[in-house]
Amino acid sequence: MSDLQFSSPKSVKEAVKILFAAKGKAKVLAGGTDLLVQLRAGRMTGSMIVDIKNIPELRSIKKEKNGFTVGAAVSGAELGAHKAINKAWPGVVEGLELIGSTQIQGRASLGGNLCNGSPAADSVPGLIAAGATCKIAGPKGLRTAKVEDIVLGPGKTSLKAGEFVVSFFLPTRPKRSGDAYLRFIPRTEMDIAVVGASVSLTLDKAGVCSDARVSLGAVAPKPLLVAKAARAIVGTKVDDEALTQLSLAASAACDPIDDKRGTVEYRTKVAGVLARRAATIALERARGN
Amino acid sequence: MTKYHVKTMINGDPAEFLCGTEQTVLDCLRDELGLTGSKEGCSSGDCGACSITLDGRLVCACLVLGVETEGKDIETIEGVADGDDLHPIQKHFLQEAALQCGICTPGFIVAAKALLAENPSPTETETRYWLAGNLCRCTGYDKIVTAVMNAAAEMRGE
Repeated sequence: MSDLQFSSPKSVKEAVKILFAAKGKAKVLAGGTDLLVQLRAGRMTGSMIVDIKNIPELRSIKKEKNGFTVGAAVSGAELGAHKAINKAWPGVVEGLELIGSTQIQGRASLGGNLCNGSPAADSVPGLIAAGATCKIAGPKGLRTAKVEDIVLGPGKTSLKAGEFVVSFFLPTRPKRSGDAYLRFIPRTEMDIAVVGASVSLTLDKAGVCSDARVSLGAVAPKPLLVAKAARAIVGTKVDDEALTQLSLAASAACDPIDDKRGTVEYRTKVAGVLARRAATIALERARGN
Repeated sequence: MTKYHVKTMINGDPAEFLCGTEQTVLDCLRDELGLTGSKEGCSSGDCGACSITLDGRLVCACLVLGVETEGKDIETIEGVADGDDLHPIQKHFLQEAALQCGICTPGFIVAAKALLAENPSPTETETRYWLAGNLCRCTGYDKIVTAVMNAAAEMRGE
């Protein structure tokens, strides 16, 4: 076995320096629920592990003037216990909380789930529907990117060598907004999404949808932002006809794989059904806000 | 191979060990410290047999590196009983015969203890969801869930 090094920086600056010096041979460790499995299976490349959990910025949830900043390594259990985030972005929280068991929730994070690059990552559609952005640190300083621009395909991200996600920003939504994430799996717990769907929407005073974002997971090489599905409900009262159009647009956006979890036809159909159900929940939540 | 010197608290006592980067805290507990109560089932975070708490948070010891636990508080199955006095959860596991081969048992007990610390009155459904990450191939779960519910009642003084 080669000599695997370990480093545990205490600041973003220090982490950037270590990652830069490692010349692309370092792996960033957040909750470890994917990385350690890869390490164990001999599938982890690299000669150094950089644990970013001891950087305060990566572990904190902050209420800002115009939204929330959530550290990339905040665990599912920590996010789930945060009342204000639960109230503002229930769909984002339920996405992260659906990952794995209680034990996994003690460690799994938004940053890790995103950067692992799985098309089926449960927390990513919620972030995309939320219009969340991420703050990325790297050798050239800080930059901001949309969450939908991070994953490029299975295991591949747009992060450059030495870059890592520091935090996510969830903007404050207008009144009468709601979001929801739904996942289909063949059992009730502990499985990988066959399809995931998230919808975030806002209603005006008359109950007409003024803004919406729809995102799908596990139905393409990367999580999708489906603008056409969102357009199907904007300007409507999110009635039956609008929901049918949203559902059709969601199915039309799918380009899934055939595997033991579901066939192409099945995933395509379920994506439409799930998007519709998520929109219905988001609508109820928006009416309650 | 580079070894790191790690200082932690385990079940309330200071503990130190040397470990390589790739050693999980489960490897360290079992191989470096002789604490073999936590079991290695799947090594991929699926079975829960290695459940421990890390700074009070329930985790799989197989998904935590030993080097990550520097300065952390670890609790394992070895810290559940008070000397010869079994914890109510342990007593009810015996009373209900909630185990057969016993490999999953330490993980279930540690996970159940974490549940009752957070929620002293869980419903059966809450208990089953909380324990969904602990797999048992012998009992069929009913006896385990009954044991946890009975222990919760006893701990509430009912």
